[in-house]
Amino acid sequence: MAALGRVALLLSFGLVVYALVGGSFAAYRRRRRLALSAQNALIAAFGTTLVAAAVLLIALARHDFSFVYVAQHTSRSLPLGYTLSAFWGGQEGSLLLWLVVLSGYAALAVWLNRRSRELIAWVVPVLGGVATFFAFMLCFVSSPFDKAPAPADGAGMVASLQNPYMLAHPPLLYLGYVGLTIPFAFGMGALLSRRTDERWIVATRRWTLAAWTFLGVGQLIGAHWAYVEIGWGGYYAWDPVENAALMPWLVATAFLHSVMIQEKRGMLKVWNMVLVALAFNLSILGTFLTRSGVVNSIHSFSQSSIGGWFLGFIVICVVFSVGLIYIRLPLLRARTKLESLVSREATFLYNNLLLVALALTILWGVMFPLLTQAVRGETRSVSKPYYDFFLHSFGLPLLLLMGIGPLVAWRRASLRALGKTFVIPAVAAVVTGVALIAVGLGTSTPGLLAYTFSAFVFASIVLEFVRGTRATGSLTRLVSRNRRRYGGYVVHASILLLAIGIAGSSAYQTIREKGLKPGQSMQVAGYTLTYRSLFNTQQSNSQTTSAIVDVYRGGSHISTLHPGKSFFPVEGDFGNDVAIYHDPRNLGDVFTIADEFDKNGTLFLKVLVKPLVNLVWAAGFLFVFGSLVAMWPDAVEQRRLAERYEPGTAAARV
Amino acid sequence: MAYALVLGAVLAVLVVLFVARPFLREPAPADDRLDEPGALEKRRLVLVEERDRALDALKELEFDHRTGKVSDDDYREQLGPLRRRAAETLRALEPRAEGRQERVSSSR
Repeated sequence: MAALGRVALLLSFGLVVYALVGGSFAAYRRRRRLALSAQNALIAAFGTTLVAAAVLLIALARHDFSFVYVAQHTSRSLPLGYTLSAFWGGQEGSLLLWLVVLSGYAALAVWLNRRSRELIAWVVPVLGGVATFFAFMLCFVSSPFDKAPAPADGAGMVASLQNPYMLAHPPLLYLGYVGLTIPFAFGMGALLSRRTDERWIVATRRWTLAAWTFLGVGQLIGAHWAYVEIGWGGYYAWDPVENAALMPWLVATAFLHSVMIQEKRGMLKVWNMVLVALAFNLSILGTFLTRSGVVNSIHSFSQSSIGGWFLGFIVICVVFSVGLIYIRLPLLRARTKLESLVSREATFLYNNLLLVALALTILWGVMFPLLTQAVRGETRSVSKPYYDFFLHSFGLPLLLLMGIGPLVAWRRASLRALGKTFVIPAVAAVVTGVALIAVGLGTSTPGLLAYTFSAFVFASIVLEFVRGTRATGSLTRLVSRNRRRYGGYVVHASILLLAIGIAGSSAYQTIREKGLKPGQSMQVAGYTLTYRSLFNTQQSNSQTTSAIVDVYRGGSHISTLHPGKSFFPVEGDFGNDVAIYHDPRNLGDVFTIADEFDKNGTLFLKVLVKPLVNLVWAAGFLFVFGSLVAMWPDAVEQRRLAERYEPGTAAARV
Repeated sequence: MAYALVLGAVLAVLVVLFVARPFLREPAPADDRLDEPGALEKRRLVLVEERDRALDALKELEFDHRTGKVSDDDYREQLGPLRRRAAETLRALEPRAEGRQERVSSSR
């Protein structure tokens, strides 16, 4: 079996090298059959990589411990779901997942755009180049098919990875990371083929949106995993690996906005190329940070020697993309200019600057320990206050811009028109701010600003829908005529929920910790928690000791929680089993952690009351819904684009 | 092991056949040049994109006016130049479109 996996990977490597070399030659010398053959190689690479992935999955499912990878990451007692999720639990499997997703995306992108031969001819070698790196790593540096005499049982899986969220979080992140390769390849392909029209943008619009959605949802699921599994009561800790996923997402967000200016006004062509290259390079950096073990992170589950290879690849990608954009600068000159600093496109530009500035300050924070180690020989890192400062400095204006943008007209807006459109959102913001101060919630300035700005944004989104519906006669017609815009507003509403949830659960949370003997109680933010007793349970892969804690509010019993600790004997590892009461009254949580049990039966209970935290998770559903609305195909638009790029074809005539 | 290697060999043969398919289907083609848009086609694309932008801008202006984002004065001021630009791109496209159709007909 392992031999089949190795052969399949070697075939993948040969195919993507052929796509890179043969595809480059074909595109440069304008050879049609060779270009088609290179495209086929990329499609075939998906098939061979799938065979390799199937071999690894079968080995995992059969507990074939003669595979070193299977022995290192699973055990016989591990439930089947987690056993299969070990596919992405280790370095070699993660690299294989990268290649599966990349070759799958590449095959689909090539097939969907097969009619744009002159553009796709240059896209194929770029995709082949990226795939070559990963196939090389899998064949010659970090193979999942290494064999050794099989031990009686495997080493098992890190306890914190044994969580249902881990079945979805890494694949979603990878779908996002890898998805950013497609717009990068089309952008670079457009530059290589000297096509300065918008064909590459049209071809990658949905790819970017899909990759961005996967990355966003992946991060949110990861945040929820951290919340329920790590057991410290938070969901985002500015950890380098968490930041690694946030940076490309922020840059892709900037790209999704700025690309609209190119489509509508023909401006920002250079900036869009820079963003698409930056997002891709940050996604490779993210994989490097997660997999190399060069940074200290609770999410780095492996220390390895692949860092140097990744660093080399990142340098090649940066030099290639920067060099190519520089060489093609004369082709990217815009014919139009920004007409006014008070216009929709100007607000998009401000939003872009803030998003990129936030991404770069996070990048500096992530790289700082590595740089201090390299320059001064000692590791120094930046902590939460650094990130919080920049989140407040850039994030709050971004939140406000989300409300201002939709109210401003394209090209230029007069003060009179602005006054008219701003009045309702401004009143909503002022009333909210005054009301919050009046009820005593003005203690946190960032929290107060976040809620005031949120009221402004919410009012502006509602106004957009109301005025648009009035103008078109129906909400359905309004949305179906411009899915991207109104889907975007729904996504804005989800970001709003996220901001409200984050502000509520961080700026207004209450934390208490106390040692309790059976029968004793503690008070936290209007809740009473009474510790009753302990009990033990046994699962196939762990033993758990849990406490019985009754939760009361206003004298009424509202819930019984079971915070505990699990021991994983195969792995020799402990995990926190937090228990949470979701309070529908304030959309918040009573979050309990059994910090310690002592021999006398005393429970050291940590309780966090986090108002509005459930809005953070609700935001995820709205985010997906909005993204789907924005992504949904528009037949009229597709016909128009087909007529533009493929005149005379069946697609244009439909 | 042997079983896996046979499967691997079959896979390799299938892959080679698939990759070589364009050459197997057309061993001696009359023309092996990759299509490249000519100067005329590139110009058409620029104009079509420009036309779509101008028509979109007109639609946006109309919508922004109806939803109160653009005042009556601004609307009147912007409408003329945008209409002129849309008309210019439409005019620029017309003769070329006819010319292209004529060339296509004569080549048949």
